[in-house]
Amino acid sequence: MTTNAFEAATVHGEMFDTNELVINMGPQHPSTHGVLRVVLRLDGEKVVDAEVVIGYLHRGIEKLSENRNWTQIILLTDRMDYVAAATSNVGYCETVEKLMAIEVPRRAKYIRTILMELQRIASHCLWVGTHAMDIGAMTVFLYAFRERELILDLFEEFCGARLTYNSMRIGGLPLDIPPGWDKKVLAFCDIMDGKIDEYETLLTHNRIWLERTKGVGVISGAEATALGLCGPALRGSGVARDVRKDEPYSAYAEMDFDIPVGVQGDTYDRYLVRMEEFRQSLRIIRQATQGIPEGPIVGKVPRLIKPAAGETYHAIESPKGELGYFIVSDGKSTNPYRFRVRPPSFCNLQALPRLVRGHLVADVVALIGSIDIVLGEVDR
Amino acid sequence: MADAPEHAPKAAAPTGPVEPPPPADAAVPGYITSLQNGVPGSVTQLSLYLGDWTVIVPASHLLQAGRYLRDNAACAFDYLSDLTATDWPPRTTEGRFDVVYMLYSTRHRHRVRLKVKLGEDQPLASVTGLWPAANWLEREVFDMFGVNFTGHPDRRRILMPEDWQGHPQRKDYPLEGPGELLMENPLDWLKLRQAREEADIE
Amino acid sequence: MIDTFIIPTLKILIVLNATLVGVSYMTLLERKVIAWAQSRLGPMRVGPQGVLQPIADAVKLILKEDITPSKADKWVFTAAPVISMVPALIVYAVIPFGPVVRLFGRDVSLYITDVNVGLLYIVSVASVGVYGIILAGYASNSKFPLLASLRASAQLISYEVAVTLTLVSVILMSGSLSMVSIVNAQYNAHVWFGFVQPVAFVIFVIGSLAETNRAPFDLPEAEQELTGGFHTEYSGMRFALFFLAEYANMIVVSSVATTLFFGGWLRPFPNVAALHFLDVIPSWTWFLIKSFVFLYLFIWIRATLPRYRYDQLMRLGWKVLIPVAILNLVVTGIVKVMLL
Repeated sequence: MTTNAFEAATVHGEMFDTNELVINMGPQHPSTHGVLRVVLRLDGEKVVDAEVVIGYLHRGIEKLSENRNWTQIILLTDRMDYVAAATSNVGYCETVEKLMAIEVPRRAKYIRTILMELQRIASHCLWVGTHAMDIGAMTVFLYAFRERELILDLFEEFCGARLTYNSMRIGGLPLDIPPGWDKKVLAFCDIMDGKIDEYETLLTHNRIWLERTKGVGVISGAEATALGLCGPALRGSGVARDVRKDEPYSAYAEMDFDIPVGVQGDTYDRYLVRMEEFRQSLRIIRQATQGIPEGPIVGKVPRLIKPAAGETYHAIESPKGELGYFIVSDGKSTNPYRFRVRPPSFCNLQALPRLVRGHLVADVVALIGSIDIVLGEVDR
Repeated sequence: MADAPEHAPKAAAPTGPVEPPPPADAAVPGYITSLQNGVPGSVTQLSLYLGDWTVIVPASHLLQAGRYLRDNAACAFDYLSDLTATDWPPRTTEGRFDVVYMLYSTRHRHRVRLKVKLGEDQPLASVTGLWPAANWLEREVFDMFGVNFTGHPDRRRILMPEDWQGHPQRKDYPLEGPGELLMENPLDWLKLRQAREEADIE
Repeated sequence: MIDTFIIPTLKILIVLNATLVGVSYMTLLERKVIAWAQSRLGPMRVGPQGVLQPIADAVKLILKEDITPSKADKWVFTAAPVISMVPALIVYAVIPFGPVVRLFGRDVSLYITDVNVGLLYIVSVASVGVYGIILAGYASNSKFPLLASLRASAQLISYEVAVTLTLVSVILMSGSLSMVSIVNAQYNAHVWFGFVQPVAFVIFVIGSLAETNRAPFDLPEAEQELTGGFHTEYSGMRFALFFLAEYANMIVVSSVATTLFFGGWLRPFPNVAALHFLDVIPSWTWFLIKSFVFLYLFIWIRATLPRYRYDQLMRLGWKVLIPVAILNLVVTGIVKVMLL
């Protein structure tokens, strides 16, 4: 299929009307959160259609994993959703633990839960910062990253890395938490409470913020479910779906927390859902930190990890949505036979053309931020 | 050594997925029996492994089974979690591809996996009409495996460039790409550099 | 000779130089204030606490390669930033920094000239600046700058109506268009017009934020939206001129706000004899302090608020500000007639 630049710039290769303008928000753009290309067809300032082009960050992680042994893949999972790497790690480890029927000790489950919720807060900090900055409130970006630094410091103390942690092992954790780490986590929770109020003061009741986000990108619950949206994007439309509550994993069954659900399904509701998720994550972290049981941090894992032949699918709730792993093992080699990641950002991003239709160009940026995508996960 | 005993044959390439049938005492969930009754001939095989139910559906019955599962009140599978494929090249009788659909019901909170065994050039109906979420997911399966989805509104490659030849995630596609060198070992890099320097000198 | 030629020339030189230095140090002020609002430090390396940063920026921009797009209309391309910058500078001819003072045995007025249609002059000259933006977009011969410049000019023209209406209210209060007379009127009325005309003041501040393309009305130049706006194709010194023009406009607007609404060079409570000790601070310093407060306010607003979308911006200008300004004018007129 040959394409030339002209065809590449038009949607589906059709001739565009002379009254319509085709604008390319190219792979390099300050607001596309990575290498994402959106080709907009405009009628004046209104978006008639949008085409999303991805694949610029495709590294072939799925095929690469077929040539790596089970422990090495944990490193690859870091690099998909690099904003919330610990969550991807846990998802993968839990899928393999399900395949091998390994029992993870309670202590490891609690610490994993704490790390995943810290990761959720870090990811939402980045989301609120970039989303607000795209809409023009640049100060929130700096404040949110200041808090993200605190979380990254906690992670660095635990596993030595700030972004790509490699912090889980099949069966548990590689290291135990350093002494005093749980006190630092609790201190962080106290700081974070006040900071969330700061972000809300700047944004939630701000007249300009309301005008920019209310009524933008409205999608109903039924349509969102049909389109495959997940995570806060789906919950903002009123569907109370959260893997932590529906199919509890790790220590979530023992935690007491609520799922915020929106009403209108617009950008403002998705914003409110994520702001409330901040607070619920803090709640979970406090419960988990105060109740870490004693015990081993790794379950009974054979020296050579070779799950029996079979296939399984396991999903967890990453900050972006339902992160699922479909792993097929053939029982004979030390590598998986098929490694498939169900990326929440990929499934959310395909709703973008539907959300953007009928809105103005300035809203496209707000909506990309509202869906909260990470290109590493979209392209793998 | 000339007379060394024959080594045991190397582990043969796996010929197909392991789909253990459900044990006799396992209770088949209501939605599966409902599907078996509602769309006769749609369930050719059942499997239960690690608590997940998999229903193997022939390619011809896919749309009917999908529609039944989505619309029937007891099933209500309104959410397509994932759509992917596995490549089993040695499996020549049933078809090399396993197209897998993970369905979830937000109302009843149950899951089911649908599997279709497909040959290389065999067409498969697209479920985009049932679950619009399948749009990009099927594009990716087409891009990576070359599965022929009929009725898809936008059948193009998604991750690879538009004019790429070949389907990368098939088992017979090299990891390093066609015509490239797999340079996983640092010593290979050194050898390549030496070879280039020698070529320059000549 | 001295009074008609040398002194005005000296005044022009002083004001022009002070303005240009002020404009370049505005960049530093903005970066510092925004940085401190965002819990970071801003420029710190060049000079102590980053004080020499504007000089470094100027040197960099002068030395930069001069890129002109090949299809651009060369003369217009070069003229556009100049057309943007010059009106902002020549407005200073009528802004009064202080009253007539006694210097070196002469009565020297602390303003370059007192035209009796000073306010009209300011409004008309400032409107010429819009041409610079339109011509920049047109001359760049590229889709994005053209769109952005048309949007920017539409925004500027809309908000000028609202701002001009508020100025008319001030003229009603003072009875004169001359800037010096307006300040004197505030002295005679024993009150700054900002307290008597709060609505006009608020509309003036909002309108001037939009006039100078400042947040929350900076959509035409927001990078996140359409890759740079009307100055996308500009680089080097021409780009610098656009930015300096924006800051110069900001300072002009602050000076005008100070003169019209906050007593110009008058100290707080100018008629109260008991506060005579405040006179140790010269009048022009009061003027500068008040202008500085406005500049700080502009920068503070930029650091805090998100950005309006274009249609919301236009709606605000036409459907909210203009009706309120007209209403304010009507009420002012009625009250003035009734009080006379």
